[in-house]
Amino acid sequence: MKRLVPMWIAIIAGFVMLLSTFFPITESLGETVGEIFNVVAAIAFVLGAGSLAKVNLAKISRRDQGWGYAAITLICFTITLVVGLGKIGVPQSTQFPLLGWSGEKDAEGSIFGWIYEFALVPITSTMFALLAFYVASAAFRAFRAKNLEAILLLSTAFIVLLGRTFAGVVLTGWLPDWASGLRLENLSVYIMQVFNTAGNRAIIIGIALGVTATSLRILLGVDRSWMGSGD
Amino acid sequence: MSKFITILEGLDRRWIFLAMAISVAGPILFIGITGKTLPETPTPTARAVYKEIEALSPGTPVLISFDFDPASGGELTPMATSLVHQCAARGLRMVFIALWPLGPQLIDETIKRVILADYPNLKEGVDYVNLGFQSGNESVMKVMLTDFAKAFPITKNGVAVGDVVALKGIQRVDNFPLLITISAGYPGAKEWIQYVISSSGGKIKMVTGCTGVQTPGLYPYYPVQLNGLLGAIKGAAEYESLVNSSLAPKDSSAAVPAKYLEAQRRMGPQLGAHLLMIALIILGNIAFFAQRNSKVRATS
Repeated sequence: MKRLVPMWIAIIAGFVMLLSTFFPITESLGETVGEIFNVVAAIAFVLGAGSLAKVNLAKISRRDQGWGYAAITLICFTITLVVGLGKIGVPQSTQFPLLGWSGEKDAEGSIFGWIYEFALVPITSTMFALLAFYVASAAFRAFRAKNLEAILLLSTAFIVLLGRTFAGVVLTGWLPDWASGLRLENLSVYIMQVFNTAGNRAIIIGIALGVTATSLRILLGVDRSWMGSGD
Repeated sequence: MSKFITILEGLDRRWIFLAMAISVAGPILFIGITGKTLPETPTPTARAVYKEIEALSPGTPVLISFDFDPASGGELTPMATSLVHQCAARGLRMVFIALWPLGPQLIDETIKRVILADYPNLKEGVDYVNLGFQSGNESVMKVMLTDFAKAFPITKNGVAVGDVVALKGIQRVDNFPLLITISAGYPGAKEWIQYVISSSGGKIKMVTGCTGVQTPGLYPYYPVQLNGLLGAIKGAAEYESLVNSSLAPKDSSAAVPAKYLEAQRRMGPQLGAHLLMIALIILGNIAFFAQRNSKVRATS
């Protein structure tokens, strides 16, 4: 029963969406399924929050390696949730002055807005910026011209890396107009628009065929791996 | 020479981190002090974005979707600024939405930075509106195809969309002649093409600004499903230079505000980082071949 009900929900919803794409008469049914999905997606946030609390509490209670990080995660999560839901420090909305709690949770001066601006933005930006350092280290250690394929990859990388900056203009900007196609900035565009497009289209077509086959297996109830292996 | 190779082979990665920090910080400081930026020559994909927006007559509604979060802000915020700058200057009705939870805050910041600062005559709810975030990814797009108000029933401020003047005449997403998405991943530009553009039968055009990682994956859609593409900070810089040159003040001595030069300013650090990467790859290969040759000599 635990597996049968989700399977039938997936089959019915899947077929409704499929039919609504091809037959306008079933469009409203597809719309209803879409709305249901949006509600379920919103509820999934609550489920996600519950799962986060469960996993981290278990880590803390077992004193697993790095349990301190789990504690920090839970503390930060709780603080953000409380100040966001409680709209702590939120000024009253000028649009609805008579209604309590009508201000925006992230309005200027609110704690939630402060957390966003001074904690979330710098932390996420820093995490993303760290990539540059690790990519540089990886390029030094792993990018080797071992064979013909690697040499082609390296040459392409050099053209795109130089062509996407002013270095390309400085190095090849002197080329006459009749040879402008050989300028690094133009070569970079050519690589992206021709070789990259051709390769990506092949991949997209392959993925589309794979998705069609997998979707059909799910819709027909043949593939049930998406439900997990638990009872 | 052999000593140099030995140093290369045992090079601590912290030296590489330091070199990267210097190659990025140097241009940032130089540009910050001098205010000079590198010249940009717009490519056809950036020109196409500019032309699509310029082709719309004042008062035309445009849907602008902020599908990114602050982590990608370094790449995408400058293009968001320039896109809103051109739309506001053109007098388009801007309808902002977000399919990423942190999108609404980024919309508010952009509105504050561009519209409230430089276009104070534009009225909220009339000339622009922020509809906030909606969960559901592609499903939200599907609902928008049949009933826009069902996907976004209220604005971020809690006003029913039926009462919003900026949304007058909008029943379905294809009532917008142009969709602009600023995309950092899933859901983003690719999903908009697959679920909205493909289903609209050519009624709605789309231009996008996306991260460098996404750019190669979006080229196959250009120029049929995707009418314009800004790839990473390079695309943003090209588009920014186009917008700035078209909106240049009549008094040519007046400087362009720094907020409208952010992408071009970031091309300096990008140049430094790219040159360092090339140097590191060459040095790494020198060490690799030297090591391989010494092994061959030892075995023979």
